[in-house]
Amino acid sequence: MSSPPATTERSKTAFQHRQSAHCESGVISSLLHHEGIPLSEAMVFGLSASLSFAYIPLVKINEMPLIAYRMIPRWILNGMRKRLHLPLRFEKFKSSAEGRKRLDELLAQGRPVGLQSSVFFLPYFPENMRFHFNAHNLIAYGREGNEYLISDPVFNGPTRCALADLQRARFVRGALAPKGLIYYIDGPVPKVDIVPLLRGAIKKNCVMMLHVPLPFVGCPGIRLLSRRVLKLPAQKDLAYTRRFIGHIVRMQEEIGTGGAGFRFLYAAFLQECAVLLNNPRLQELSLELTAIGDEWREFALHAARMSKGREDLDLPLLHGLLHDLANKETALYKTLKKAVDQ
Amino acid sequence: MRPDEVPQESSPLFDGQRKAVYVVNQDGHYQIAQSGGSEAEVTVTLEAVAWFAKLAEDAHQRALRGETSPLEYHMCRLRLDEPTLASATGVWRWRVRRHLTAKGFASLKPNQLERYADAMGLTVEQLKSLEKPTKLRA
Repeated sequence: MSSPPATTERSKTAFQHRQSAHCESGVISSLLHHEGIPLSEAMVFGLSASLSFAYIPLVKINEMPLIAYRMIPRWILNGMRKRLHLPLRFEKFKSSAEGRKRLDELLAQGRPVGLQSSVFFLPYFPENMRFHFNAHNLIAYGREGNEYLISDPVFNGPTRCALADLQRARFVRGALAPKGLIYYIDGPVPKVDIVPLLRGAIKKNCVMMLHVPLPFVGCPGIRLLSRRVLKLPAQKDLAYTRRFIGHIVRMQEEIGTGGAGFRFLYAAFLQECAVLLNNPRLQELSLELTAIGDEWREFALHAARMSKGREDLDLPLLHGLLHDLANKETALYKTLKKAVDQ
Repeated sequence: MRPDEVPQESSPLFDGQRKAVYVVNQDGHYQIAQSGGSEAEVTVTLEAVAWFAKLAEDAHQRALRGETSPLEYHMCRLRLDEPTLASATGVWRWRVRRHLTAKGFASLKPNQLERYADAMGLTVEQLKSLEKPTKLRA
């Protein structure tokens, strides 16, 4: 193809693609690495206290309730900005032309830029993974002619995206509309010692999992979902029941969760904390959370097979697994909170 | 999860890609491994794809008989539903519902057609056509 002069030779050689399990934590971790601050994805995820659970029956996506295993989009970005006093600047745009101009400007300055976009309109996503989810995060780190150089943290390596496609993906309307959101680190990053921040971050996450006074958030949310699973056949037909349990698994295992609904990612964070805080108790708890993650995977496998009809539909089994997970997670966060309280 | 539990083969879902997952190695340390897609993940995602495909096929049949609009066919084909289409276009939901019928679709003005086509990443001709594209997006 014809290629007008490349404007961003410098950044192209400098920016390093890093694959990660989750898009938002991966993007901010990559941007920080680029600034010479080597915080891992797990550290970023834990430090922003992003582990969660929510089951919100009233919010529907394709007739299915909202089920999430992490906090809302931009929670990680905002959390990191606040805790590290990051000069992270966000910009949204009214018109797509304006949004494109600003992105090109920043790329020409040699900055990698974080973007929010739709998954559906990104041509480099495999077709079977393209759904209408508008809060995906990726990095643009250069432009060559009519193509952007893209580092999408959930993929193996860097890729490219045609200008028109990226424009469409950045300016879709609807739920969680990105409005062309870009973000970038603007200016020198202050030196912050993260070690004193770890206890607070862990405690905050424990409180959110245990004590939010809403029945659909945190461990009570898991319990609520477990009861809902049991009640399905009385209220809905078999097809819906199958889709419903498949939906739980999709939200848990689909790309961007690291498997087991972020539980492994958080366990990796606890392991890093054990070293940094010199607290062997955290290493033990990390392994406990890993075991819980494995139980989530077991749940996923059963549920997936039942949803497909490869296994007989056994809702009491799924209910039992979820109920057990709720209990185990409750116990874990209580212990974890105590372990960092001392 | 241990490294040897990670599926190596890239599934049809990932198109040759492999994704990052967190595993615990022999020494009890977390590390990133590359997964070709677990059975659970592949199963439920392909189920979701198949569900839209089935709706699209059904709408296609009905549209050929004139019982519904090409808009419904393309909506399902592009993995949208009524509320998502309404919010993606900024058209009221009760109006979308009307436009999804054969009669309602036929009465759409050019600018309204364009609005739908634009939000769905289609041209107006594509939106009106009942020809089955080979790819999700041309």
